[in-house]
Amino acid sequence: MSEFFQNSGLFFALLGAALATLMAGIGSAIGVGKAGVAAAGVLAEEPSLFGKVLIFQLLPATQGIYGLLVGFLILSNVGLIGEPKDISGLQGLLYFAASLPIAFAGLYSAIHQSKCAVAGISTIAKKPDQFGKAIILPAMVETYAILALLISILAIFGIAAM
Amino acid sequence: MQQDYTYAVARIRFRETKLLSDADIASLNAAPDEGAAMRLLRDKGWGDNTADLDAEELLASEREKLWDFIGEVIPEKEAFSFLNVPSDYHNLKVAVKCVIRDIKPEGLFLYNAPTDPDALYEALKMRDYEALPEHLRELGKDATSVLLQTSDGQLCDIVIDKACMEHIRRLGKEAENEIVQKYCELFVASADIKIAVRSAKTGKSIDFIRRAMAECDTLDAQKLAQAASLSYSDIIAYLSTTEYSSAVEAISTSMSAFEKWCDDHLTALLRSQKWEPFGFGPVVAYILARENEIKAVRLILSAKHNGIPEEIVKERLRKMYV
Repeated sequence: MSEFFQNSGLFFALLGAALATLMAGIGSAIGVGKAGVAAAGVLAEEPSLFGKVLIFQLLPATQGIYGLLVGFLILSNVGLIGEPKDISGLQGLLYFAASLPIAFAGLYSAIHQSKCAVAGISTIAKKPDQFGKAIILPAMVETYAILALLISILAIFGIAAM
Repeated sequence: MQQDYTYAVARIRFRETKLLSDADIASLNAAPDEGAAMRLLRDKGWGDNTADLDAEELLASEREKLWDFIGEVIPEKEAFSFLNVPSDYHNLKVAVKCVIRDIKPEGLFLYNAPTDPDALYEALKMRDYEALPEHLRELGKDATSVLLQTSDGQLCDIVIDKACMEHIRRLGKEAENEIVQKYCELFVASADIKIAVRSAKTGKSIDFIRRAMAECDTLDAQKLAQAASLSYSDIIAYLSTTEYSSAVEAISTSMSAFEKWCDDHLTALLRSQKWEPFGFGPVVAYILARENEIKAVRLILSAKHNGIPEEIVKERLRKMYV
């Protein structure tokens, strides 16, 4: 059992990389899709608002990128990209734990940001001159995805330095 | 799975900017004549640019545009049955009377109904009640019997109207959306109040009043019927104890003032949907706001056509949604 755990380091690390990419990616896909539906609705009525609604649609896309970044860092640190490394079971589990902040915060923040983005799209459909204010509100939700990304990255670098 | 109205609401948000405001309605009312009012409406995008429509055609084309748009964004027509079903009951009244009195129902049917009025008329004419939709089947048979046996058109009307109110109440109870629930409740309660006031003024018996009224949640139909059988002031006294106490002044003025109160009350309820980005509520609010707008424009154009002074029209104008 102990030997099995000792040899499972790469598996846990890979699981962490997959989780970060998958969960944050799912959140972004749902979010961009939802905001895209609202954006298409506004464009059907007023095509000149394309530039503005596109920015709203892209806001929930960032969580997927953060998940990808964390996944890439884990793969790189455990040697699945680049030079192969010997990863213990404990290290693998630590990388798995490091992926959790961006995995879950990415999923939920992208979904909730999309709701805010849809509301923002509705606002600029009525008042296009309020774009600057309307964009700040969904951007606030981004804060929590960034905080989660920060902790995930710090943890990954911390594990690598151990 | 719950339906997603995000696309519909996004399109509606843009279209709401084209709705007429209170100020637009006031300037329309201040137009010197019907032609000037029509020009103002055309400037606002009303009507078809290629044709020179008269007032009725203009209003019909706006209504058609509204329902074409709604059909485009939400193809499920049954979602709006609480708005269209009263037209079925209106058409049934027309069809029953025309069949019994052997007259043609030309220009009397409402064609925005879920059931094809011509098919309804043919089914009643052939006494083929099975061809009618379920909600009209038994009712069609009963209303025909009542009219044949009593020759009382009013009795026939109250049988059909009560069935309509009960149908709307049922749809309201089944609805998940709060705005639909409130609309249906207001529909039934306001109809009960109108029945009570008219019955009190014409001295109807309590049996007649009870037969005409439908149950609802915000009013006790039994108490209201009892009050209506006693006197008009008893109705006012009862309503003062209900959530319709703010309507008492309007009811005391006239039935049209009460109808205006109902429309304004509904518009106030709908305003909460102006900034709601999701759900069915904003769709319903837009449809009712547009219908309210068309009603206001019809009133103004008709007043201009008949030379009715601006001040009289102003008293009857509804508050707008935007």
